[in-house]
Amino acid sequence: MQWWKSSASETQITHGQRLWLYCLAFIIMCLLVIPTVIVIPMSFSDSQYLEFPPQNWSLRWYDEYLDTPRWMNATATSFKVATLTMLVATPFGTMAAYGLFVSGGRLGKIVFFLLMTPMIVPVILIAIGTFYVFGKMGIVNSILGLVLAHTVLSVPIVMIIITSALRTYDLNQERVAQSLGSTRFRAFFEITLPQLKFSVLTAALLAFLTSFDEVIISIFLSGGGNSTLTKQMFSALRDYIDPTIAAISTLMILLSTGLMLGLQLFGDKTTEE
Amino acid sequence: MTSDTSASLSISVTELTKTYGKVFALNRVSIDVKAGEFLTLLGPSGSGKTTLLMAIAGFNRPDSGRICFGHEDVTVLPPHKRGVGMVFQNYALFPHMSVFENVAFPLKLRKIPADEKHQRVTEALQTVQLSDFAERGIDQLSGGQRQRVALARAFVFGPKILLMDEPLSALDKKLREEMQIELKQLHRQLGVTTVYVTHDQREALTMSDRIAIIDHGELAQIGTPREIYNAPANHFVASFIGESSFFPLTKNKSGTLHYAGVSVGKVPNRAMHENWTLVIRPERLSLHATKTSKNTDKIYFSGKITELVYQGETVIVMMIMEDGHNLTARMNTRAGNDVDSLRVRQNLLVGIDKQDVIIIPGEAS
Repeated sequence: MQWWKSSASETQITHGQRLWLYCLAFIIMCLLVIPTVIVIPMSFSDSQYLEFPPQNWSLRWYDEYLDTPRWMNATATSFKVATLTMLVATPFGTMAAYGLFVSGGRLGKIVFFLLMTPMIVPVILIAIGTFYVFGKMGIVNSILGLVLAHTVLSVPIVMIIITSALRTYDLNQERVAQSLGSTRFRAFFEITLPQLKFSVLTAALLAFLTSFDEVIISIFLSGGGNSTLTKQMFSALRDYIDPTIAAISTLMILLSTGLMLGLQLFGDKTTEE
Repeated sequence: MTSDTSASLSISVTELTKTYGKVFALNRVSIDVKAGEFLTLLGPSGSGKTTLLMAIAGFNRPDSGRICFGHEDVTVLPPHKRGVGMVFQNYALFPHMSVFENVAFPLKLRKIPADEKHQRVTEALQTVQLSDFAERGIDQLSGGQRQRVALARAFVFGPKILLMDEPLSALDKKLREEMQIELKQLHRQLGVTTVYVTHDQREALTMSDRIAIIDHGELAQIGTPREIYNAPANHFVASFIGESSFFPLTKNKSGTLHYAGVSVGKVPNRAMHENWTLVIRPERLSLHATKTSKNTDKIYFSGKITELVYQGETVIVMMIMEDGHNLTARMNTRAGNDVDSLRVRQNLLVGIDKQDVIIIPGEAS
């Protein structure tokens, strides 16, 4: 029997009847992946301009990236800001998610919604707003300003991840721990947190990536010696186009996918235990 | 004085009130649990029984009233200082710890030295027959085994009070019945004051020294299983515990109560109620042919069979009385009862011992 006449699942639908679904899925996957992947061959081009497919191959744009102090500075800034954002947003987001989840009530819902607004409001508005506020406070073009603004963006992501983890967590475990003689504080750290470990790690990673990949706020709030990598790339694109951008993009894709893959592997391991 | 050294403490709940918004979860509830007693809080869901248990455990703060353990007022003491063992409905075991670590947790908090800790955990696991499971993970245990771990964890540190919130409700019927007996034996062995919450009346009857029936945040009745079953205080208790048929009674001038022209008894002492209801338990009835000679210790009513349900050990005989009220009898199927000869639409006499007659205040709604 030809495969397209065999049934695709327990239902009577055959692979042939499902063909259009397979095609659709394939097209969607291509649309998702190709724009990302296309920069990779472009980054290995020998040409002065962004071109696809490249005529000659070389690593010159990677050398260009690594040898230019401007790029290196921006990279260092991005890592610094992303790391600090992660370190601030993860505990705060986790605390907020836990507190609001446990207390519930109307006020809790309102506060939760307010903390979520950075995900709903267009980022450009946040960028403009923070630019003026931070201008008055004198923290534009500073690491502090960037970290604060990126934390605002990251906290909702951390909260969503932790809240969804808490939904499947049995809070009676904390009650039991208390009845057995543990303070509530200790119950959280010894019983609840270890079980949220994977979610906290995921949240931290996403907070890091949120900051590291962020462009709009960085354009407004970073500059001079404290330009982030994304801001520097954006300026470079505007002023002169050369394949250094493709090389940096490739490295950023590597970093992001590497971190996510590592997390998935780590997660699989912990759930198997 | 003795309460501090013995294995158990009494619990005294006085006029406890807890409201959520405008709803009374508990309305001036007073219950005294004797040291070493097994008391069950029984009631339908939403009756306030769990709220009461949580107040005793310290997880909610009552609006007014007092809770004492022995002579100590614990009304506002945080849960971790109350020293009560607690078992939750869903066990609430710590999945990131082994069986041993779960049971050792309260000992670790009390900084018990390693040797003693090991010994006490081993003993506790022996008591619940899980000696070979110490190194297992929680996800490798069956429901019944998890229940036992939760129990061991709750008593390993020697609490003088044990609280249980529907601990058996997640188990299947057969296992639940086995565990009821085991819990009862464990209670006898430990001698610890136990407050047990359930909505299952049979479970309450099986296990308890006394049962407190809670309805709409109020204590409806408290007493031994026999007292509750044989002398329910009101309509709610009578219908919640066991099966019952209800008949309205009429009072004559001399104070005797009648149903269908038959005198069933006197108005109980001190009672000021206008309306009275006759409660009949189905297993207390006997069935007779219409022309049987009557026994003076019994009361008889005549009725007609509307349905017969064969259930193996018993037959349920549903009848309609002459005035249209329904009566259910549960007859043992042993040969002497001759239940096989019963037929639907058959007229017969139903007899009940005068001692088995239950009269409660209120209308038979």
